[in-house]
Amino acid sequence: MSGRDAILGAVRRSLKRAAGDAAALAAVEARLDTRERGPVPARAQIDAKARVDLFQAMAEEHSATLTRVAVAQDVPGAVATYLKKHNLPQRLRAAPDPEIDALPWDTQSLLTVERGRAEASDETSLTGAFAGIAETGTLMLLSGEAAPTTLNFLPDTHIVMIKASQVVGPYEDAWDLVRAKHGPGELPRTVNFITGPSRTADIEQTIQLGAHGPRRLHIVLVEDGPGEESEDGTGDGA
Amino acid sequence: MRSIAHSFKDNAKAALADPQLRRALDNIKTGFITKRAAAAARLPEFEALRDAARDIKNHTLDHLDLYLERYAENVQAGGGHVHWCATAEDARAAVLEICRRAGAKTVTKGKSMISEEIALNDYLEANGITPVETDLGEYIIQLRHEPPSHIIAPAVHLTKDAIEADFRKAHPQFPKDRPLSEPRHLVDEARQVLRSRFLAADVGITGANFLIAETGSSVIVTNEGNGDLTQVIPKVHIVVASLEKVIPNLYDLSTILRVLARSATGQEFTTYTTVSSGPKRPEDPDGPEEYHVILLDNGRSRMLGGEFREVLRCIRCGACMNHCPVYHAIGGHAYGWVYPGPIGAVLTPGLLGVEEAGALPNASTFCGRCESVCPMRIPLPKLMRHWREREFERHLTPAPVRYGLAAWAFLARRPALYHWLLGLEMRVLGALGRRKGRFAWLPFAGGWTRHRDFPAPQGRTFQSLWAERKTGGAP
Repeated sequence: MSGRDAILGAVRRSLKRAAGDAAALAAVEARLDTRERGPVPARAQIDAKARVDLFQAMAEEHSATLTRVAVAQDVPGAVATYLKKHNLPQRLRAAPDPEIDALPWDTQSLLTVERGRAEASDETSLTGAFAGIAETGTLMLLSGEAAPTTLNFLPDTHIVMIKASQVVGPYEDAWDLVRAKHGPGELPRTVNFITGPSRTADIEQTIQLGAHGPRRLHIVLVEDGPGEESEDGTGDGA
Repeated sequence: MRSIAHSFKDNAKAALADPQLRRALDNIKTGFITKRAAAAARLPEFEALRDAARDIKNHTLDHLDLYLERYAENVQAGGGHVHWCATAEDARAAVLEICRRAGAKTVTKGKSMISEEIALNDYLEANGITPVETDLGEYIIQLRHEPPSHIIAPAVHLTKDAIEADFRKAHPQFPKDRPLSEPRHLVDEARQVLRSRFLAADVGITGANFLIAETGSSVIVTNEGNGDLTQVIPKVHIVVASLEKVIPNLYDLSTILRVLARSATGQEFTTYTTVSSGPKRPEDPDGPEEYHVILLDNGRSRMLGGEFREVLRCIRCGACMNHCPVYHAIGGHAYGWVYPGPIGAVLTPGLLGVEEAGALPNASTFCGRCESVCPMRIPLPKLMRHWREREFERHLTPAPVRYGLAAWAFLARRPALYHWLLGLEMRVLGALGRRKGRFAWLPFAGGWTRHRDFPAPQGRTFQSLWAERKTGGAP
């Protein structure tokens, strides 16, 4: 008998049920199909403008920083300003993301932008995000051709570009967007929820930022207008 | 790890006499407890979420076979491998085989209690593979060759001075006169040392907070980002997880995550929550080439069938130990195995047997704080009582306790005799103790008087005073 059969047999003995019990299987299928939501905090069920404000407030509470810009064309300038303010080299490892490629990087003559996955020597990364979750100021990033996961963890500083229309209220709304994009039951290899920079409290319960992941998390929020398209929770995810 | 739960009483005695441990444990009362209370108060839906979280796990446990089948099918469909392991031995062997095939010399590890449960590090080392713990707390205790003393804060028993001494010894590559007295210095030094370990590892091993049946995914929740660096850089990712980690779908995950961090550290949400589904896809620029899940039973299927099923709802947040007066007094090591505190007092006898760990469920005042803060509403005091009953039934309770209980039961069934004897005792003790008002020693009460005086009774029993008052004899 294989390990699988032995364990499933032991589980069924404890549940006092035979394999192929139709009622039990129906209960499981129903649960997976209906995907009923649990209690969703009222805090997260708010209109588009309030969502963006809550997202910012919660992200800042978790030690992230956030700059708002009016249009995507302003992102390179905002990134250069941030690097200068923190005395960081004008050098970026950017996700190989068409939306990032399309930005007017040539307006920042001092800034060097390289594309690809993170290398150990990269100090700053720039990525997009799939969604922002207002409930706790959380970013949702999906891995893929345009989004190497190493960019989210290896560099000391992680800069994330996100549009206001991508900000949803609760986690469940973000999962619905993923489902709409990838299909039911399908996920990209990695889904990263990121809330502020890396931290630890392992030494005498004092909070220290920058344990192993980024020391700084900076969000550049493009105010593309809390447009009608986001009212039904379908922001155009990057 | 090898259990020393059987010597609980001696372990606890030693812990009580350790002044450094006292200092370190004091942080818990001001830290975890205050923060959890604030986080719970801030979310009006918190109690409703606890109910919902409990119901999700109850439903899943009632259909565990089917959810495990669905989970495993979906892992395989995504290109991952599931290794069903009935025992700790099976799990260790499966991990080793994967490491050998990958030609691994070093493996990095994210924090995993299952890895502690199966004693993976010692086994890998014995087989020529170097395991490197990367969670800061786990790294510190690995340097000290100690087990974790808390399930989410493994080095909570240590002060920064002790950690400084360990780092000076373990990191001779840095200048001797470097500043290392503050937590910031220690965190930066560990970051620097472990960065090269992450980059050099051949295999990354993480635990799993949850397994998702709907998508065949494993979920880790960390603040440091070490779990993510562990699983994204090496070419092989191994997840070690036990059966009861599975939950149906991503909405269920959202519900439980809302109570997990708040109960554990009082955070609104943990810094990094990562959902992993299989190895890297052809178009992915990074990620592991192989993805394996070690699915461990090790006694869970047996616990599912009896009165201890509810403990399988546990999501390992640590709230029960953070709020336990016994844990505050003795810390985690005294419990003698992987899981300390109230959850350990219920889980350890279930996994190792009541013969080995019977002392643990006795180490409780039944104050009920653990149950009142458990996000999954596990009735921990009730389950500890069940273990005490089992222990008594199997004649494992020490003889003096058994005879004492038998004598008490005899008297309790004869109220007249009971009152007469108690009245006599109070009069005698009252007369003997009148001068000092206390006793430094009493027969049968050595456990009490060894550490503090026993206050002398006033010579009357409560019952007789009450009777007098009711008949109007007293003012």
